[in-house]
Amino acid sequence: MSKLDDARRTEAAVSSPQAVTRSTKGGRADLAVPANAIPAERASSIDVGDSGRLPVNKAYKMFVGGAFIRSESGRTTQVGGVADGTADPATVNIPRGSRKDARDAVLVAKNAQVGWAGRTAFNRGQILYRLAEMMESRRAELVASLERGGRGRGGAEREVDAAIDRAVYYAGFADKFQSLLASSNPVSGPHFGFSVPEAMGVVAIVAPVRPILLGLVSTVLPAIVGGNSVVVIASTEDPRTAVLFCECLATSDLPGGVVNLLTGEATEIAPHLAKHREVAALEAFTADVALRTTLEREGTGSVKRVRTLAPFEPAAWEADGVGQGLGWIERHLETKTIWHPVGV
Amino acid sequence: MTLSTTTAAHDGNGTSETALAPTGATSGASTADRTLDFGNAWAYAPAPEARDHIKIAPRHELFIGGTWRAPRSGKYFDTISPSSEEKLSEIAEADAADVDDAVVAAREAYERYWRDLPGATRAKYLFRIARALQEKARELAIVESLDGGKPIKESRDVDIPLAAAHFFYHAGWADKLRYAFQGRTARPLGVAGQIIPWNFPLLMAAWKIAPALACGNTVVLKPAETTPLTALMLARIIEEAELPPGVVNIVTGAGATGAALAGHGGIDKVAFTGSTEVGKRIAQTLAGTGRRLTLELGGKAANIIFADAPIDQAVEGIMSAIFFNQGHVCCAGSRLLVEESVHDLVVKKLKDRLQTTRLGDPLDKNTDIGAINSRAQLTRIQELVAAGEHEGAERYSAPCALPGKGFWFAPTFFTGVAQSSRIAREEIFGPVLSILTFRTPDEAVEKANNTMYGLSAGIWTDKGAKSFWMAERLKAGVVWANTYNKFDPSSPFGGYKESGFGREGGRQGLSAYVELS
Repeated sequence: MSKLDDARRTEAAVSSPQAVTRSTKGGRADLAVPANAIPAERASSIDVGDSGRLPVNKAYKMFVGGAFIRSESGRTTQVGGVADGTADPATVNIPRGSRKDARDAVLVAKNAQVGWAGRTAFNRGQILYRLAEMMESRRAELVASLERGGRGRGGAEREVDAAIDRAVYYAGFADKFQSLLASSNPVSGPHFGFSVPEAMGVVAIVAPVRPILLGLVSTVLPAIVGGNSVVVIASTEDPRTAVLFCECLATSDLPGGVVNLLTGEATEIAPHLAKHREVAALEAFTADVALRTTLEREGTGSVKRVRTLAPFEPAAWEADGVGQGLGWIERHLETKTIWHPVGV
Repeated sequence: MTLSTTTAAHDGNGTSETALAPTGATSGASTADRTLDFGNAWAYAPAPEARDHIKIAPRHELFIGGTWRAPRSGKYFDTISPSSEEKLSEIAEADAADVDDAVVAAREAYERYWRDLPGATRAKYLFRIARALQEKARELAIVESLDGGKPIKESRDVDIPLAAAHFFYHAGWADKLRYAFQGRTARPLGVAGQIIPWNFPLLMAAWKIAPALACGNTVVLKPAETTPLTALMLARIIEEAELPPGVVNIVTGAGATGAALAGHGGIDKVAFTGSTEVGKRIAQTLAGTGRRLTLELGGKAANIIFADAPIDQAVEGIMSAIFFNQGHVCCAGSRLLVEESVHDLVVKKLKDRLQTTRLGDPLDKNTDIGAINSRAQLTRIQELVAAGEHEGAERYSAPCALPGKGFWFAPTFFTGVAQSSRIAREEIFGPVLSILTFRTPDEAVEKANNTMYGLSAGIWTDKGAKSFWMAERLKAGVVWANTYNKFDPSSPFGGYKESGFGREGGRQGLSAYVELS
């Protein structure tokens, strides 16, 4: 069996809505259908699996507050997979997040952030390591998902491996960045002074368009490792893999609401996040120059920490230093300086 | 004087408000409810700092490319002493073309000299500046107090020494940047446009220039229009220290000059200290340009006093939190949150303390509270105080005699202030304190954080664990526990939320002036 066939099977197992539609209408006796009404090539594309069992399809939803939810707007976007010439692309309906979804997600994220930042650094590290374990156990599924999203097998495998390793990297950073960024301040006077890094609060992220999985891991994890919560807008290319990543998050003991993933159009949702007063910082990777300017401008009303970047080459994200490193954590942290007198 | 050292002096003769207060901390300490009244027994003879040796040039030009030159427009504006309204000097008003000249000079200096100088050499230049500031400290202090209205004891003991210390501190970083950002390489950004406020004129210039130069950038600095003199004296010092021409350029002017600088396409970074309103406008200007920005903006800091605090020290803390520099301090403790059980006691002691506060000639060494920086600022303070009265808060102003000339405002506090009141939400930037109460630490945190600002906070308690618990929860960049309004070049300063972003001072402050890779 070729790799492509293998991928297609996985795809069918995960979702095959067209197959469902046709199969469920198949046996109705009250419909008089001519035997040749369905073209042969269409009929042969109907795949119910080797065993003849009809697969159960997954509804892809956004991940907010630890739950998988639809958009309040009821809108969806149809997303297809790779068309390989032998079968129709399997399409799924991805929620198209709205402004209201974004606002709800910010509220959830804000409520979750205090508890998350209040966890011990060790515990945050444990949970991120657990995330790596969950990703590893779903490695094949993640690879297949990326393939369906358009990556070749080799690239998909590299990306998943890098993403898992990056989760391990940040897990190990959870209780170390503080020592590297904090300072004892030798002030001139009888005072004990020190500065410590602290989470900003809710961080909004517009994830890189590609790489889907590594881009998410590289932007979301450095934000949450420091105690922030995140509202992230997934790439519109292959949001299925983004949702699959959330399934890993959901089983990693990460408290609900720490990472909230919206699917939909960044151009529609992100400006609302930039404007939102409860969002402390926004980081956006987008080639859309107008959107970058809009986000920076909308952020000024609340003196938001806005950082917009043109996308990197997708392959660049695999390098150490791109999506990985102390600076990636530091940019989502405030510095709090504390003074206390010394005396008897 | 025994009263002032007695903890918690409540008694049966108190007002009904006093009677309402829990008495847990007061048992056994009941004495007659007396107030301190020194009458005129402690009148101070005038002790003015001599100023006859200070020569302020009648006219100041722009410092661009190492030379002093007239503004292209030929326009000048007056800088006056806010304590006497006397004209001190004429100051060049830089327009967009002058700003452009300054940016070009800074760019050339960056590329020709400064960027490639060894860190150790940059350091030595900065050490020279620091030394000269120390040598001219008294002269600078006098001019600072004349031009800005702050008491000489503050300009002499705080502003100028700290300004010198900032240059000393950052000089030492210039050749050690690789240790500041371990594992990363720090490179200068290029030309920094820096806009500073009028409340700490020389100190803010030092906060801006010293780290920028240490990291290898060149600068164009715009001082505030009401207080340009000490920045221009600093320019003279920089000239005498023989810095390469164009490394530091000073362009004087008002808002339009600042806007021209902030919006200039030839700069790589803007650093602004001032009001949140102007900060937002600058951020708007820079949106989409890719230029870097750090903002140090307004504040409405909570100064939180628990019942278990050393109350006398806390009252001194209130004084320095809100009345230091006439309250013209972005991190001023302008919202006093007092635990309900000690509210009356704290208010009484604060009132007593204000009886001995001396307002007057900034050059008098005994003066505690100087002049309001400008007529415009005085008007704003008066407007907000009127709003406080209108909204039903109870006002108390110290019985200070206000000089006939100049801009003055007596130290004032309000009790019975609602969270929603303008004087509890808006930055007054004057000697006006709003007093609110709380019952539990959670409520204190809730109220303290209920503001768009997040620059600083104060905590007064004798319980160490409680003060750390509070410090963790306060959304503020600087937390002073059992102290207030302390500053040091080694101590990062800057805000959360709408008080801005970026830090100044310390290792962390260097990040604002480097590109890391």
